[in-house]
Amino acid sequence: MAMQIDASTCTACGACEFECPTASISMKGDIYIIKASSCTECDGDPAKCVAVCPVDDCITQV
Amino acid sequence: MSSNVIPLSSIRAKAQMAEAAPKPAGGCSASSCGSSKGAGDMPAHIWEKIKDHPCYSEEAHHYFARMHVAVAPACNIQCNYCNRKYDCANESRPGVTSERLTPEQAALKVAAVAARVPQLSVLGIAGPGDSMFDWKKTFETFRAVEKRLPDLKFCVSTNGLSLPDQVERLAQHNIDHVTITINMVDPEVGTGIYPWIYFNGRRYTGLDASKILHERQMEGLEGLTAKGILVKVNSVMIPGVNDQHLIAVNEAIKARGAFLHNVMPLISAPEHGTWFGLNGQRGPKPMELKELQDKLAGGANLMRHCRQCRADAVGMLGEDLSQDFTMDKIDADAAYDPEARRLYREVVERERADHRQAAEAAEAELSAAAPAPAQLVAVCTKGGGRINQHFGHATEFQIYEVDRDGVRFVGHRKVENYCKGGYGDDDALEDSVIPALEGIAAVFVSKIGSCPKRDLAKAGIAAIDAYPFEYIETAVAGWFAEAFGAERRDLA
Repeated sequence: MAMQIDASTCTACGACEFECPTASISMKGDIYIIKASSCTECDGDPAKCVAVCPVDDCITQV
Repeated sequence: MSSNVIPLSSIRAKAQMAEAAPKPAGGCSASSCGSSKGAGDMPAHIWEKIKDHPCYSEEAHHYFARMHVAVAPACNIQCNYCNRKYDCANESRPGVTSERLTPEQAALKVAAVAARVPQLSVLGIAGPGDSMFDWKKTFETFRAVEKRLPDLKFCVSTNGLSLPDQVERLAQHNIDHVTITINMVDPEVGTGIYPWIYFNGRRYTGLDASKILHERQMEGLEGLTAKGILVKVNSVMIPGVNDQHLIAVNEAIKARGAFLHNVMPLISAPEHGTWFGLNGQRGPKPMELKELQDKLAGGANLMRHCRQCRADAVGMLGEDLSQDFTMDKIDADAAYDPEARRLYREVVERERADHRQAAEAAEAELSAAAPAPAQLVAVCTKGGGRINQHFGHATEFQIYEVDRDGVRFVGHRKVENYCKGGYGDDDALEDSVIPALEGIAAVFVSKIGSCPKRDLAKAGIAAIDAYPFEYIETAVAGWFAEAFGAERRDLA
């Protein structure tokens, strides 16, 4: 279980990188990616990356 | 480079000419009082901080340039007038940028611009995103620039949500000015502007979002003024949402020590993809904006010359050289000559003193004129406080109000220019220029063709080309006194 960023709608603003409590979000080339092995989906709390993302449905559960 | 940057040589020649010319009689020394374009009734310590800042000082915007760098793209609130996905080099409005920079790239770019534009006096960080939410990148940029250009002033703009946490850090960095965008002091009004905020690790919506934002904005404003940092407040005027409410905003921010209030019109079109744009929310008409600004004129000092720059703007206000300074065109070894900047400042000091004297002489001429109703006029200028632009080249008009009490700057109106590479564009004149000049009695130009002059006359607007390269005050007062003040006395 992990979150995933839709690169086609991501604006690369970096707000999620800033907020991720497990430092699972980073820039790879021109796009941001979420490292599935360390993402905890914020352990049952609303995911912080989704809460801060300005684009609806850009970050979703996979 | 755009012709809007005043060439150093021309301004120096004018300053020398002015020195040789006999000085007009002035009532008092230029540094202490007189012209509404100078220090006016502003306390000396505030004037000292803003006098070379084009965005804060109405006078400085004729002489100095600013640049913005987009280094802090992350934001913690969503506004209905903002769509951060937007990126287009032809768009000129806040929050729009074509290029995001790392702090180190930004410092290189600033040094390259400073080498070519001696007018550069201010570096701002103004989105897209929020400079105080993304504070690490903001302060990293200031540190990198400080090393290269110690004389540059910094300013930041913010939505205020993270501001209270950064007041201490801002004070350490010796940043003179901060701009907070405050669109409401009543959270009920805020619900129509802010769909959500992100605060302390979670998203808030509705009334809760606006309540928190409002409290944090007021806390940040009070914290900054307590530290002696100047605070300007930006408000976006949204007809039917917060237009009348901005009177209460003006009172609230003045009570908390804001030194300047800048009311800006909402920019909204469906193609911008903002919530307001997609839902048919219109922006205010120029006369609606002026009416509101007139109502606020007794409150916090009001700013009327804002150009709503894009987030990577470079140059004098009203122009944008950002496409000349994209990262691929930056020469990392650009020679930076502090001497050229020092020289430019010296010349500007002299030119400003001369300008103030001309403005005082114009005021004296007006006070001696016969009583007549106030008139609104439009001016074509490339800077320097002079009428020095061809009518057909103007993409914006500066609007002044004139009566026996003086010549006052009241705003600017953007238009599509009439002259398109040698031929006149009648559609631009009919659909853009003439509607934008609603309520204007005369337009002052360095030159104008006979066709547009005739079309303007048909619309009831006089085109005045008798004062090329004169100071704006001199020309407008001369015209007003002649047209309306038949009984004016000759001045000693």
